[in-house]
Amino acid sequence: MQPEEVDAAREAALAAIAAAADLEDLKRVRTEHTGDRSPLALANREIGALPPQARKEAGQRVGRARGEVNQALAARQEVLEAEHAARILVEETVDVTLPTDRLPIGARHPITTGAELIADIFVAMGWEVAEGPVIEAEWLNFDALNLDADHPARTMQDTFWTASSDRTGPADDVHGAGTGVVLRTQTSPVQARTMLTQEPPIYVVAPGRVFRTDEYDATHSPMFHQVEGLAVDEGITMAHLKGTLDHFATQMFGEGVTTRFRPSYFPFTEPSAEVDLKCFVCRGVDSASCRTCRGEGWIEWGGCGVVNPRVLIACGVDAERYTGFAFGMGIDRTLMFRHGLEDLRALFEGDVRFTTAFGSEL
Amino acid sequence: MKAPLSWIKEYVDLPAEVTTEQLTDRLTDLGLKLEAIHSAADAITGPLVVGKVLTMDPEPQKNGKTINWCTVDVGAANGSGEPQGIVCGAHNFEPGDLVVVILPGGVLPGNFQISARKTYGHLSAGMICSAAELGLGDDHDGIIVLPPDAGKPGDDAFDALGLREEVIEFEINPDRAYGLSLRGIAREAALAFGAPYHDPALRETPSSNGEGYSVLVDDPAGCPVFVARTVTGFDPAAPTPAWMVERLTHAGMRPISLAVDITNYVMLETGRPIHGYDLDKLQGAIRVRRANEGERMTTLDGAERTLSPEDLVVTDDSGIIGLGGVMGGETTEMSETTTNVLIEAAHWDAVSMFRTGKRHKISSEAGKRNERGVDPTICAAAADRVVELLVQLGRGTAELGVTVFGTPPEQPPIRIGYDLPARISGIDIDAGTVVDNLKAIGAAVDADADGVTVTPPPWRPDITDPFDLVEEVVRIVGYDQVPSVLPREAAGRGLTRTQKLRRRIGRTLAGAGCVEVVSFPFVGAATFDALGLPADDVRRQTVPLANPMSAEEPAYTTTLLPGVLKAAARNIGRGAPGVALFETGTVAFPVDRGPAPIYGVDRRPDEADLQKLFDALPRQPLHLAVVLAGERERAGWWGAGRAAGWSDAVGLVRRLATELGVTVEVRRATTMPWHPGRCAVFLVDGVELGHAGELHPNVCAELGLPARSAAAEIDLDLLMAHATVVATGPAFSSFPLAKEDVALVVADDVAATTVETALREGAGGLLESVRLFDVYTGEQIGEGKKSLAFALRFRAPDRTLTEAETSAARDAAVARAAEVVGAVQRS
Repeated sequence: MQPEEVDAAREAALAAIAAAADLEDLKRVRTEHTGDRSPLALANREIGALPPQARKEAGQRVGRARGEVNQALAARQEVLEAEHAARILVEETVDVTLPTDRLPIGARHPITTGAELIADIFVAMGWEVAEGPVIEAEWLNFDALNLDADHPARTMQDTFWTASSDRTGPADDVHGAGTGVVLRTQTSPVQARTMLTQEPPIYVVAPGRVFRTDEYDATHSPMFHQVEGLAVDEGITMAHLKGTLDHFATQMFGEGVTTRFRPSYFPFTEPSAEVDLKCFVCRGVDSASCRTCRGEGWIEWGGCGVVNPRVLIACGVDAERYTGFAFGMGIDRTLMFRHGLEDLRALFEGDVRFTTAFGSEL
Repeated sequence: MKAPLSWIKEYVDLPAEVTTEQLTDRLTDLGLKLEAIHSAADAITGPLVVGKVLTMDPEPQKNGKTINWCTVDVGAANGSGEPQGIVCGAHNFEPGDLVVVILPGGVLPGNFQISARKTYGHLSAGMICSAAELGLGDDHDGIIVLPPDAGKPGDDAFDALGLREEVIEFEINPDRAYGLSLRGIAREAALAFGAPYHDPALRETPSSNGEGYSVLVDDPAGCPVFVARTVTGFDPAAPTPAWMVERLTHAGMRPISLAVDITNYVMLETGRPIHGYDLDKLQGAIRVRRANEGERMTTLDGAERTLSPEDLVVTDDSGIIGLGGVMGGETTEMSETTTNVLIEAAHWDAVSMFRTGKRHKISSEAGKRNERGVDPTICAAAADRVVELLVQLGRGTAELGVTVFGTPPEQPPIRIGYDLPARISGIDIDAGTVVDNLKAIGAAVDADADGVTVTPPPWRPDITDPFDLVEEVVRIVGYDQVPSVLPREAAGRGLTRTQKLRRRIGRTLAGAGCVEVVSFPFVGAATFDALGLPADDVRRQTVPLANPMSAEEPAYTTTLLPGVLKAAARNIGRGAPGVALFETGTVAFPVDRGPAPIYGVDRRPDEADLQKLFDALPRQPLHLAVVLAGERERAGWWGAGRAAGWSDAVGLVRRLATELGVTVEVRRATTMPWHPGRCAVFLVDGVELGHAGELHPNVCAELGLPARSAAAEIDLDLLMAHATVVATGPAFSSFPLAKEDVALVVADDVAATTVETALREGAGGLLESVRLFDVYTGEQIGEGKKSLAFALRFRAPDRTLTEAETSAARDAAVARAAEVVGAVQRS
């Protein structure tokens, strides 16, 4: 084969490679220009037949040509493969806005997560979370808390009494059916249990479920939830109570949301106070139109006071050495104003649309 | 307690510049909490006038009611001076009475617009008003009949009724019984502003003279003081003056008759309940004693009552004439013909009053005060005030005879150090302030170098302890003075292990797509019937409630399933395509160890007593219930959805056990409310943890749940007790994995876990995992048999396994399965 013919074959091959549009095309080009029957392969085979002096020169020429062609093929192959891969990715495009709700979303109940939120605020201060049973001894729910059977304040808490299994007659409002067992009307028996079983210093919160024979409506329920706090230590004063509740309020409702005390009455504390929360929405400014505090600037939050020494004595705490404070508020009610709930009953209906709105943590 | 402002001001000279709001703010700060300020006039637009009924014609209607077609003289108020025609449904009046008329164009509370309208065949031009319609209380029983001196027809009725009066409603705490009187409220107002106070109970009273009505008190502990006064020649027709009607109405009491109104008025004024007897109906001496068991009497509300030996009664020769301090009897009640009155002002033991009121379910204004504690020193003054008013307004004659039995009980003095108020409140309070403030509440204060000895004022029986005095001192200093200081940092131990585990369980379930619910724990027989529980099922052994909300649900639940199933049905009913719910909470199982003891409170019960108390309570384990109904996975562009089934419920329990590192054994079980062939029982160390599976079709139908809904209920206390405390880190090999799949044919009723256990046992130490990946039944296998396909995975810790080793281990596994359950390997 003449040198010109080799050059021509090379040029033809390079042109065909450059023109190959896809991998299929390139495969054909490869066979055509480098296959056994291609001009360059033929030229290569011819070399052996050449005279020795011409063999070297021809060998170099054909070898160079074949090398160029193979290089071009490899380069083109790479380009076309990349193009192919890119095209597949384009073809595989999907509508990423399609719905993806194949698996249901779960959620924990806001009463649970609300109680945890509160507990965590206190745990961060070094307090512990105390608990007690829902079906509770009358003595712990009332007597130990300075609420004996003749205390007029007992009627402030309409109590569910248990009946013994052989006696289900109507209960007397004060003494129940004589079982000495009630559905606890408050989380305060947990205070008593804690003092009865632990030595001071005591710093505990006790969230939990309580019951009263209230009609079920938008703001009342026979079952609701409270959180109780108790501190018993040397030198505890109302100032520590105020400091603790201010801190609690701030953690729960934001900087600047503090509390105020009004004199009140609870048998288990003396002095006693109602605790109001500065409205965390209007902050007491232009309250008239505020829907959260209804124009008050303050929200009634709960009750508190210095633990009555009578309670300390009944629970075996040295009332000469220790003083304490206690507070209690409704978790459900706190959730209602914190989250703008209109109807308490939404908490107990179990509608997943309600609960999922709060997610797994408050 | 509702107190008209003008009445408060009668006993306290408040500075002129003090506004109502300032007054109520200060009183709230002192512990008399403002409930509301009422002024009826705010909600009414006139013309509201005095009218005189000229004629009234009763006209029976087809609906059974009788209406009165009235003509009423409203003076010139209607522009014409002609009588106004008005239809009225009430019957408690007659021609000649003065009434309150709102004329067309007026507006009553609740934005009730008055216009002339055709009704019952008449053009009724206006309305004759009741107290409730004017916002003066809840009395709907008839219209207001004004006293004859209230005004003349056409007069503005706002003033006649005192509608412009501001009435302050206070919430009175049980410890401040003195707040249930104008005397007490005015005293606090005086304290609030340092204003002069005029005690309405401070008056000269005649002494007991032996000429009065005979009174014998057998139980001076129950009735320490009994004052009796007599008024004769009282005019029963004498009307209650308008000012008194107005004040009683404002205070929320209904005017009845002059004599009754006077006793109520004096009670509001002084706080001391008074009882009036018709003297002519009394027979012989009055005697106060405890009732005998089973004695009966009829109280003036018409109720016949069987008495207890704890009840204090007032008797005469005819028998029992009153339930002392709580309610009078029918036989000696004052009536519209009473002319001679015996007035009783007695002090009663508060505990006895409370018990009697509760026992007989009587809630009276008198009882409310007597059971909270009334000033025992003002009986004579209150009786004298009643006498004065009966004479003044009812033209009666005060008889000279005066009976005063007994002496008021004295309150023991209380001793506190000067530092106590500061030590408890955290406010700097000096000795001078302590003395001043205690004097300000009316206490007798004996101050010395170290502290004070304080005799509380007689109207404060609630003050018994040193800390009560602290509250008195501090409330006057002001609760707003309490500084805000955090206590020292407590060395807490954080959440307990179970508290953390509970959170973990909740998060795991929420992460698995379950939504938590909170249900009421009340159940009844019908609840268990719906679950198909057999009569002897332990879950029917509930803790009964003596006073349940509903007779259908008279007990505390033993299972959380009813609550979650109801919530699931509610969600499905509201259109949810599927729902997965869970609830955690305690349930209760009775222990029947008798009543829980009631101990004294003067000391801590000892350990044994405390244990008795705890032991008397029902067992209350923490449970978890789960329900899955309808779609578990949704249908969508990806294809079909998947309905919830038994395996979802079983799977959730297994997932929880894995999360807590607890090994649970799963077995087939048959128990309601589950499908008898699709129910699993879980065991932990051989103890039953709970059940899961598909609900029985009858239960789904009964509760309105989709077919094949699934549920689980387990004992979380038990699960948590077995939770891994510290997980041991696994050692695992990175040598190549050897895979062997085997298909084993076994009898239909062989549990997959049994086969799996056998494989594990047989495979030996080289086995890394075994997992069932297919179940096949069909002709190729034969009737009554199934093929279970397991993927066995082998790996050695220290080398690459040879094929021979792997095959040997596989064969050993299969051989063990053959031995245990007769498994035959499919070729």
